Amino acid sequence: MEMSFEESLAELEGIVEKLEKGQLSLDESLMLFEKGIKLVRECNDRLKNAQQKVEQLIEENGELRTEKFEVEE
Amino acid sequence: MVFEEKGIYTVHEFTLAVKSILTSGTFNDVWIRGEISNFTNHSSGHRYFTLKDKSSSLQCVMFKWYGKNMGFELEHGMKVLVLGDLDVYEQRGVYQLKVRAIRPDGIGELYKAFEQLKNKLAMEGLFSPEHKKPLPRYPKKIGVATSPTGVVLHDILTVIKRRYPVSLLFIPTIVQGEYAAQSIVSSISALNKTDVDVIIMGRGGGSIEDLWAFNEEVVARAIFNSRIPIISAVGHETDYTIADFVADVRAPTPSAAAELAVPDRAELANHVSRLGDRLIENQRRSIREGLSNLSELTAGVEPRVLMERIADNMQYIDEITQRQILSLKRILEARKSLFNAHAGKLDAVSPLGTLLRGYSITLKLPEETLVRSIGDVKKKDELSIIVNDGKIKCKVNDKEVCTWK
Repeated sequence: MEMSFEESLAELEGIVEKLEKGQLSLDESLMLFEKGIKLVRECNDRLKNAQQKVEQLIEENGELRTEKFEVEE
Repeated sequence: MVFEEKGIYTVHEFTLAVKSILTSGTFNDVWIRGEISNFTNHSSGHRYFTLKDKSSSLQCVMFKWYGKNMGFELEHGMKVLVLGDLDVYEQRGVYQLKVRAIRPDGIGELYKAFEQLKNKLAMEGLFSPEHKKPLPRYPKKIGVATSPTGVVLHDILTVIKRRYPVSLLFIPTIVQGEYAAQSIVSSISALNKTDVDVIIMGRGGGSIEDLWAFNEEVVARAIFNSRIPIISAVGHETDYTIADFVADVRAPTPSAAAELAVPDRAELANHVSRLGDRLIENQRRSIREGLSNLSELTAGVEPRVLMERIADNMQYIDEITQRQILSLKRILEARKSLFNAHAGKLDAVSPLGTLLRGYSITLKLPEETLVRSIGDVKKKDELSIIVNDGKIKCKVNDKEVCTWK
């Protein structure tokens, strides 16, 4: 399952902290570094690609449905 | 005109005739402004009062099913707006207003009602911090309950789009007037059935009457019971409504509510890129450290270094040997001086010393036995007399007993 931005960011923060504490073998730190860089890219992509989607919630005969809501600029 | 021509009503028939005219529709659903007097809160739960102004009065009854969500209590002299339908009370032949709703009228009355409800809900704990739900830091979808017209929605959309474009679910909500409270309640309840993770509930500024729906008890309870955290943004910064007290977070304006609801994308991007920098810097450092560690180790196994180490060891061995020789010498010296001391002592008790002082030692030959008594020798025995510097050979000529002591 894809991680949410929140989860990705939290993991990235954890990795940076762990690396900065040191006490890792070079192999371990390289592995974490690679993962961290991947997360940085993911977080950035997600921030860049965030889109505002506006929907309208309509209640009809006790049923809820949504439809696209046009925003006039 | 006599009664034979017109016919005769019974009282009841007459009352019914009047009633049918009065309740035909003209006086249904009317709002009337007046002041409460003769108020009786009957044990049955129905409220009876007279609505009056300077010149007239009107009998009113509010049955308990209409009055149960009123949010404030009637008081003598209170200025109110009542909504009701005209009716005739047949038993007494009087007309009266069947009241369906009562609103405080005038700023003073509204504030009174506001204070009454605020105190009541505060006592119940609806404003307590422990009931405040935390807002999600990174919401995925934001529910917005406000009017489809007006700037509130526009402001919220604009701010969210600028800061952090997430999905929005807008539910058109009546925020002013008679149906506002019910509309707000049903919007909150509808949004609670969706996947939004925070709700912004707002309207623009206005008079206390305009904002009144947000001071109604049903709205307060709907906010309190919402599963999803609610940010209230009602009116201007200086306007406080009951909804603001119950909401999980109160925002001074709709734009501020939008800012509270989402993080700032630019700030987040900065944060992420700082984390990236830290990762890279850290990795550079750890590689630098690894390299310098490696070169230290390499230097340690170079031949020149090994030779140096061997030379060091050889020198050490020499030094140790030298120290051993020295200490052996010291031990020998010590023994020698001990020996000399003993030799000196030996000298003191040696017979040689006695010989030097003029004494001698006589030995009988050839056995070379020591002569201690005249009985040890006979005439003509050969003797050897040892003196300081040699031996004298001689024969025994005679012997004689002497007593020396």
